[in-house]
Amino acid sequence: MSQSYDVIVIGGGHNGLTCAAYLGRAGRRVLVLERRHLVGGAGVTEELYPGFKYTVCSYVVSLLRPQIIADLELPKYGFELLPLDGTLTPMRNGDHLMRWHDAGETRLELMRHSAADAEAYEHFAMLMYHLGKTIRPMLSMTPPDPTSLAPATLAKLAEITRIFGKRTDYLYDLAKLMTMSSGDFVEQWFETPALLGTLASSGIIGTFLGPRSPGSAYVMLHHYMGEIDGEFRAWGLPRGGMGAVSESIASAARAHGAQIRTEAGVERVLVEGNRVTGVVLEGGEEIHAQVLVSSLDPKRTFQKLIEPEYLPEEFRTDIDRYKIRGSSGKVNLSLDALPDLICLRHLSADQRIPYLSGAISISPDIEHLERAYDDAKYGRHSRNPYMDIVIPSLIDPTMAPPGKHVMSIFCAYAPYELAEGTWEDNREAFGDAVIDTLAEFVPNIKDIILHRQVLSPWDMEQKMGLTQGNIFHGELTLEQLFFLRPVPGYADFTTPLRRLYMCGSGCHPGGGIMGAPGQLAAQRIITDTT
Amino acid sequence: MAIGTPFHPRTEPLCHSYDWMQWSGYLSVSSYNDFVQPEYASIRNSAALIDLSPLYKYAVTGADAVLLVNRIVTKDAEEMRVGQVAYTPWCDPNGMVRQEGTVFRYEEDHFEIYAAEPAFEWIQRNAVGYQVKVTDRSAELAMLSLQGPHSRAVLDTATDGAIGDLKFFRCTRARIAGVNVTVSRTGFTGDLGYEIWIPAEEALPVWDHLMEIGAPWQITPCGLIAMDIARVEAGLILISVDYVSSEFAYTDDDLVTPYELGLGWAVNLDRGNFVGRKALRTARQVGPRRCVIGLEIEWQPLEEAYMAANLMPELPMTVCREAVPVYSEEGLQVGHASSKVWSKLLKKYIALATIDADYAQIGNHVEMEVTVQYKRCRVAAKVVDNHFFRPERMRS
Repeated sequence: MSQSYDVIVIGGGHNGLTCAAYLGRAGRRVLVLERRHLVGGAGVTEELYPGFKYTVCSYVVSLLRPQIIADLELPKYGFELLPLDGTLTPMRNGDHLMRWHDAGETRLELMRHSAADAEAYEHFAMLMYHLGKTIRPMLSMTPPDPTSLAPATLAKLAEITRIFGKRTDYLYDLAKLMTMSSGDFVEQWFETPALLGTLASSGIIGTFLGPRSPGSAYVMLHHYMGEIDGEFRAWGLPRGGMGAVSESIASAARAHGAQIRTEAGVERVLVEGNRVTGVVLEGGEEIHAQVLVSSLDPKRTFQKLIEPEYLPEEFRTDIDRYKIRGSSGKVNLSLDALPDLICLRHLSADQRIPYLSGAISISPDIEHLERAYDDAKYGRHSRNPYMDIVIPSLIDPTMAPPGKHVMSIFCAYAPYELAEGTWEDNREAFGDAVIDTLAEFVPNIKDIILHRQVLSPWDMEQKMGLTQGNIFHGELTLEQLFFLRPVPGYADFTTPLRRLYMCGSGCHPGGGIMGAPGQLAAQRIITDTT
Repeated sequence: MAIGTPFHPRTEPLCHSYDWMQWSGYLSVSSYNDFVQPEYASIRNSAALIDLSPLYKYAVTGADAVLLVNRIVTKDAEEMRVGQVAYTPWCDPNGMVRQEGTVFRYEEDHFEIYAAEPAFEWIQRNAVGYQVKVTDRSAELAMLSLQGPHSRAVLDTATDGAIGDLKFFRCTRARIAGVNVTVSRTGFTGDLGYEIWIPAEEALPVWDHLMEIGAPWQITPCGLIAMDIARVEAGLILISVDYVSSEFAYTDDDLVTPYELGLGWAVNLDRGNFVGRKALRTARQVGPRRCVIGLEIEWQPLEEAYMAANLMPELPMTVCREAVPVYSEEGLQVGHASSKVWSKLLKKYIALATIDADYAQIGNHVEMEVTVQYKRCRVAAKVVDNHFFRPERMRS
């Protein structure tokens, strides 16, 4: 059987779907091919224990570009973000640090810990506002290659200069953010250990860096530059789990005429000369198209789907050197009751709810994170992991039966390559380390677990197709960002092969549920094929 | 001095924000917490418990009850069956809207009229010559609105299965915590929801029972600010905000017919006489001078206006009730936008506006005034159906 399409999108993750929706909107005949039985990639909701829905990997939204939400009319298709009211950091001494959505409440809470921090926090928020505003236009721009003298490139470089020219003082801070460690950066401002640990933790998510590793401050900015309803640093919980976000984009794509096939894994890309012509599915079916766009990570695209002889040597080397080390895991729990945090025991059951309705961060200080990283450096999972926890069922009761709960735990570190043994042997031990560490702050946690899912980076590779289990399709380090992402010369969504494009998180502006790579790649394809 | 509603002993300790508003001399919670969004989210995602006790409630009983109600309201009360609820405006003799509210038919000869502002004198004045008794039950009935996709599960459990089948705009008697209440499948949020009418002196056990039963569904006490967001999304107009009662209109410009409010569907002219019928006949023939419509403020120009001032767009996260001018594309003022909010649900800046009929076609382009950094500017907006959000579950 042979069918023909204008564009085949390889991979039905959120970027692939976004790309398909934009292409469909521009009148292209699009086919999305997804290996699994459901779309979403790392953004899926699955009911692995009856009545309990896990937002399996990715779990919160901030970076999804407002323009994409509007262009694709995602709310019409079930996209809905619920508010997370702040972040709770339990402390080892039984106290806690709570940062609320409300600035005044946060200030009072910080005052309990440090009057200086309370004031600095508001200045820090101002800086982040300005940096976010400065970075913002670049998130919806194909990065200009500074080695090019093409007029369009020069115009973009001029635009960037103009943006920075407005407030040059922020350029200094941006340069610091790009080069410092997240720990060092936040220590310029604050002194409270729990605040430092929690702020610095944004710099290590999804990246094989510790809070003292230079470059981690940028990762922090990456987590701060998202916006919800015009508000930077806001994170929301998708109603129905992340799968609902993916489904909404898929519905938008279908509404624009795109076809989506699941259980249709691509085995190989067909190449003639230096031009791609179609794909071969697992099982042998060939499908042809004018254009192919891969939403898979760069390693998977160029090392698994394409015969090496079709790619230039230099490009192959760059792809080979591309850093995509997995560093984190995910533990999802079905709970019989709400967790009993030591730090909230002075409150009534009702009073605890707002504290539990945001994120809960197991990051009592920077040392906790750095020690967790120490283990990973030498090929072990952290014995005392860092965790970012949400309880979606508290805000969205559809995620669990009435009165029961689901808990999503992002945990670091879990290196892809273990010094000893395999992840199949170590998976549950890692899960135990997560639960044991959590139990220091939540003594009843072991008594209320009804079901546990542990995902190591190896599992994410096997299940979701993320090479080495890297959640961002490649680390967010300076040498792999902007005009260097994924590799020099190919930050414009093109590849060395004609009519083959990339649209995954391995492209600018990078990982997270952002959609921008998919949107920008679609724009590029539309321009090139018009 | 304002007084508490019958639920005050419960709402007062929960109102951490100390943010109260006055409604008809009663203290109503604006928002329980400083961060209002979780309260709003409970309306759309779980179950929100809203104290609407200050509503005005009037009973009309007696042999001529249906005749009196029919004389007042624009809908045909004869058509209402026992256990039915109707939403309807009522007008002055010139066909101008005095108010709108809900009418309940409890028995053949027992109606009740519930409204946001007083109407006792108007009902009584019209009752002359009818065999009816008009009673002001405002103080004796407390009211809780339970809204949200899980409201049915909560209330069905709380009433031992009495309301599971209750249809949209129907009411029934039920018992909650041993208290006899009336439950109606109504609300002011555009979501699945119920309103529970409770004897004031027995209000507290009902609140306590609902909070206890609703806990597994994350029942959340919700203030009027959050409900206001939901009602704008639902496109529901509010008296004294989106229109002025003809009782209190200072100028003729403020007078509106039901047709102009988009409530023409609730006017039945083909029946016996009622207040304003003659004028409404003419009004229907002439057509509306202006219309209440929905506006969607376009994102791109709004963002550009702010970016030009080197600011991120500032969006109204709660309903802004200060009216601003609406202009035609040619720059002519054609009306005003009365309720404006950024819908976090729809990811759209929406507004309810009254504009000249010539410009009120759906899809028409107009401009709304926005103030950016103390400067007035105009941002493109599109005329849309004012029912911005209307989920299937609302009528389910």
